[in-house]
Amino acid sequence: MGLATLLVLADGRLPSGGHAHSGGLEAQVSAGRVRDLDDVFGFLRGKLATSGLVSAAFAAAACHRPADWAALDEGLDARTPSPALRKASRAQGRALLRAGRSMWPLAASYPREMHQPVALGLLAAGAGLGPLDAAVAAAHGVTTGAASAAVRLLGLDPYAVHGLLARLAPVCDRIAADAARRSDDPVDDLPAAGSPLLDIGAEHHATWEVRLFAS
Amino acid sequence: MQAFAQVVAEPDDRGGTRLAVLRGESPLLLRRTGGRTPGEVTVHLVGGAAGPLRGDDLRLEITVAAGATLTVRSVAAQLALPGRPAPPSRLTIKASVAGTLRWLPEPLIAAAGCDHHAQTVVAVAEGGTLLWRDDLVCGRHAEPSGNVRMDTTIRYAGRTLYRHTLAVGPQADGWDGAAVLGGGRAVGTLVAVPGLPNTLQASSSAALMPLAGPGMLATAVGADIRQVQAALDPLCEPEPAARQPLAA
Repeated sequence: MGLATLLVLADGRLPSGGHAHSGGLEAQVSAGRVRDLDDVFGFLRGKLATSGLVSAAFAAAACHRPADWAALDEGLDARTPSPALRKASRAQGRALLRAGRSMWPLAASYPREMHQPVALGLLAAGAGLGPLDAAVAAAHGVTTGAASAAVRLLGLDPYAVHGLLARLAPVCDRIAADAARRSDDPVDDLPAAGSPLLDIGAEHHATWEVRLFAS
Repeated sequence: MQAFAQVVAEPDDRGGTRLAVLRGESPLLLRRTGGRTPGEVTVHLVGGAAGPLRGDDLRLEITVAAGATLTVRSVAAQLALPGRPAPPSRLTIKASVAGTLRWLPEPLIAAAGCDHHAQTVVAVAEGGTLLWRDDLVCGRHAEPSGNVRMDTTIRYAGRTLYRHTLAVGPQADGWDGAAVLGGGRAVGTLVAVPGLPNTLQASSSAALMPLAGPGMLATAVGADIRQVQAALDPLCEPEPAARQPLAA
């Protein structure tokens, strides 16, 4: 299917609640680990190479073999040790499926809630897109949410932050190509790159009484 | 250098544990150590050569039968070193646990220029107990980190409970960014199945997380290994209730 369909799927304005999440950035800003534009770039690079790769691989696999959604969903549980991150991923998956049902055909048998990358892959399949498309949308989505949160949390120059996203776009492409190549692999063999500070930060963030973002 | 080491722990007929197999090759040498704690056996990994160096291929197999209790420690940190141009050094660990396994080695140190892959697959049978600790130090004192990839799979009752890869060093994009280790140069993880009796001391660099299946993960990141040990060591102690009571 066409490029415009992919743009609709990957658009940050898709009403799936992504704007409510900072992708773990708020916790790291609060811990003093992210203070300036360079820190944001380091954060985004690490996030893309870890949870970006995992999201892209699971979105590609779900798009390639939608019937395996339950096994893929379990695979993401095993790769997401933080309960706060599991909850955030499932909340975003639920919102994405809800928005997606009115956009493209989706099997009625899917549950209301699943991990966001699996939901994204199923939606891409419903839209007639391929695994590479699903992987690009997943990798791209991992960076854009945190980047727009960086502008709000640190008052950074939005032009400069979008400059970072442009620099990371070829990395997204590379990661998505790797993810799509592996979309036939057994679930245990799919990427499992972890990010200790995202896990730790998410657990602390979930206990705050006042916060700007849901995760 | 290639080496294979194997330990098989079984229950003896007096309610204790015996080692049915204990064999190793340099640099993976295994020695039975410790006193006669009733019911359990401790084995130490003793480095029989420098390394691992690039090109080394080391394999370790651990089997703990139902009713047996085994603790594996190491006498010193494992230092991954560069060596000649060669494929990455590899350490492959396979463990099968129906009894109790406590894997509590000293840290792995990624010396500048090393290229090391550690792959661990642990299968815990239903009713088995596991404590699996891995600490990593990124570079010796004040040197850049070498490349290390630690790939861990822990299954419980046939289902994958924990699947995690950590990559550090110049080949790992963004590993020193604030999503992965930030300014931290040491990281430790402890996977406990079915759970942990202890809790973690509050800190912004560590967390104790209930996994989706049965089990817990404790993760700590520190500027150096002492901070990681301060967070995780207390979790590796025996349950407070199991300690010898003080004489009245």
